Amino acid sequence: MNLFNLFGKKTFPKGIHPEGFKEETHDHQARRLPFAHQIILPLSQNIGKPAIPIVHIGQQVQRGEVIAKADGFMSVPLHASVSGSIKKIDLVPNARGNKEQAIIINTALSSAQTHIIGSSNDFASMSRKDLIQAVQNTGMVGLGGASFPTHVKMNIPDDCDIHTILINGCECEPFLTTDHRIMLEQIEFLIHGIYIAMKAVNAPKAIIGVEDNKLNVLEAIQPHLPADGSISIEAVVTKYPQGAEKMLVYSLLGMEIPSGKLPSSIGVAIFNVATLAAIGELLPHSQGLIERIVTITGDDLNKPGNYMVPLGTPLSHILEYAEFTGNEAELVLGGPMMGMPAGFLDTPVKKGTGAVLVLNKRATKHDDILPCIKCTQCLQVCPINLNPSELGMLATKRRYDVMEENYHLNDCFECGCCSYVCPSNIPLVQYFRIAKTLNHERHIMETN
Amino acid sequence: MAIQPKIGIRTSPYIHKAPTVAEIMRNVVYALLPLAAYAVYQFGISALVLMIITVLSCITTEHIFCKLADKKTTITDASAIITGLLLAMTLPPGFPLWMGAVAGFSAIAMGKTLFGGIGFNVFNPALVGRAFVQAAFPVSITTWTPTLAVDRFVQFIPSSLALPFMKPVETAEWTTQVAIDGFSGATPLALMKFQQIFTDSYDLFIGFSAGSTGETSSLLILICGAYLVFKKMLDWRIPAAVILGTVIAAECFYLLDATKYPSPAFMVFSGGLMFAAVFMASDMVASPVTPVGIFVFGVLVGFLTVIIRLFGGLTEAVMYAILFGNAATPLIESYTQPHIYGRNK
Repeated sequence: MNLFNLFGKKTFPKGIHPEGFKEETHDHQARRLPFAHQIILPLSQNIGKPAIPIVHIGQQVQRGEVIAKADGFMSVPLHASVSGSIKKIDLVPNARGNKEQAIIINTALSSAQTHIIGSSNDFASMSRKDLIQAVQNTGMVGLGGASFPTHVKMNIPDDCDIHTILINGCECEPFLTTDHRIMLEQIEFLIHGIYIAMKAVNAPKAIIGVEDNKLNVLEAIQPHLPADGSISIEAVVTKYPQGAEKMLVYSLLGMEIPSGKLPSSIGVAIFNVATLAAIGELLPHSQGLIERIVTITGDDLNKPGNYMVPLGTPLSHILEYAEFTGNEAELVLGGPMMGMPAGFLDTPVKKGTGAVLVLNKRATKHDDILPCIKCTQCLQVCPINLNPSELGMLATKRRYDVMEENYHLNDCFECGCCSYVCPSNIPLVQYFRIAKTLNHERHIMETN
Repeated sequence: MAIQPKIGIRTSPYIHKAPTVAEIMRNVVYALLPLAAYAVYQFGISALVLMIITVLSCITTEHIFCKLADKKTTITDASAIITGLLLAMTLPPGFPLWMGAVAGFSAIAMGKTLFGGIGFNVFNPALVGRAFVQAAFPVSITTWTPTLAVDRFVQFIPSSLALPFMKPVETAEWTTQVAIDGFSGATPLALMKFQQIFTDSYDLFIGFSAGSTGETSSLLILICGAYLVFKKMLDWRIPAAVILGTVIAAECFYLLDATKYPSPAFMVFSGGLMFAAVFMASDMVASPVTPVGIFVFGVLVGFLTVIIRLFGGLTEAVMYAILFGNAATPLIESYTQPHIYGRNK
């Protein structure tokens, strides 16, 4: 039983209350970003296998055309986000600094850029299997940032009976307002997408969870909900990381996802609002995912806001359009708590990129790392109830095995609350990522 | 893009909001200052100079040890100042100044730097220093002088200026001269233990009784502690648990025999328990970090304090209780790891 809910407010224990920084963009209706001259579409935009190119150099492609097909079930196809000609299929640096295969398209500037419309799908008359196939054909992945193929998530194992779908509209990361805009501007697509998801996972009920800093969303969506009560919308407390799967399940349903298991093991499926809105828009006409709303915000920008950005648009184009005026910056893909750093200006926007955050030097001052003084702040914010203080000390001693076996390292989902509150500036979650990676490598070596 | 910006790389999280260690330590110093001022008001220049001496001794020791270890000096984080102030406040106001310097040295040298400096000390350094001088100078550390002596702002308590390694200066005569009304030189706890006299709890609470330099006014200590709790730099759970443990244990004995054993209120407001609960037991480094562990630690300290006070040979119970609790901290932590989300207990 979730004790917090007895007092009327739906939430989870612990977590943090970072400043929102959302005012700059949350009233900013999504505007279309002009096409860049060149579009870079990495073949791997999802967890699982990269797509396989089916185009050749010099080939003319139309906006929305499939240019790479899915490689098996754990993969999704890739669609051209502009009309133009294939320039090359080559290795490009990705955000992390290593290289990956990408299809590069020269935009046809004179083209009308019409989005291809495919055959009509009526989800109500489709079988679940066909529906899941149709979802895969849209190239859809979790747009909240995890990039997990949506059709795989919908392919619930036979022994699981889904009783509720949760639609995640928390958007608990500071700065981000894309989900907020989607829930105001694409309500019909969103509701349609929810029906598709309910059909696909065979769930009788859906709850949209929205943080209570977006109450205008509740007002906007309420009139569109069906009278039978199968879809409802609920406010949850504004607190980071409310939008994490594990936390939202607890806040809305009072349930815990067992360690190491998927939400389906307790009869729940969770989708991001952006994902379902995109499915609701694309699936009825068999279209592919070629663009998404991205919050462009941060320091030294004259035109921050929400933009409809074609996938593959390089950051340099975005910064130019948002009128970046600084000469030094850190570029973050996603929010400031869990986002990924981008080290190159030709890094493209991918399917999972919900925001481009520009931070200047002032915001990202480096401080000395001091010894842990056991102030217990990290224990008081860890939503999973881990002991980050002890884990951090073990990490500095390189006792990664003990971290995993005795201190439940793998239950950490890297929300970063511990690092956020540490007075000694210990990069706790950063240590944990390294520890997990090294443990992973060790396990592979041991099994071989 | 016209200008190519320089791009920095780091991993998330990119935002950070926490007081720095130095800020926390500075605020603890601020919280101790009213207590120091009250001590000076009560005991005069002896208390003032004693505090200055211990603080200087702590800072100097830490600096020297950092230099010896070829490390960057850590005195700027103000934690040595806290140790010095805490230490002075647990010593009698007329404690010989040279012994105060020894106490400061041993607190930092044996209690802190030997373990690796801030963050690594197993015991509360101030208590290590006090335990050292308790063993080394048993007479001086149990020689108490009256509060509010008439010429306290112009004259040292005679024992303060004792020369190193000489026979301690006798203060009994001076005490009878300056005492306002028949002061016996005994603290409320000593009165309780050796003469079965229970001081009024209200006097103890406000702070008009004899005792160590900074621990006589429970009220003031609570106010200063509340400031730190408000600033989120003190974990209120530890003082609360210590007081709870003390009250429970004292209440048991009080119910058994109210004439022989003191009331829980007396136990809580006497002998520096409040000071120890708020400022000593709550030493972040040497106390457990787990939620249940914090509670266990506090109750254990309170319980041990009562037992040692009632059945031990000494009155300085709370010091040993906390040192014992510090020693038990790793054990307590290992048995009280919190329930992890998604895992059955």
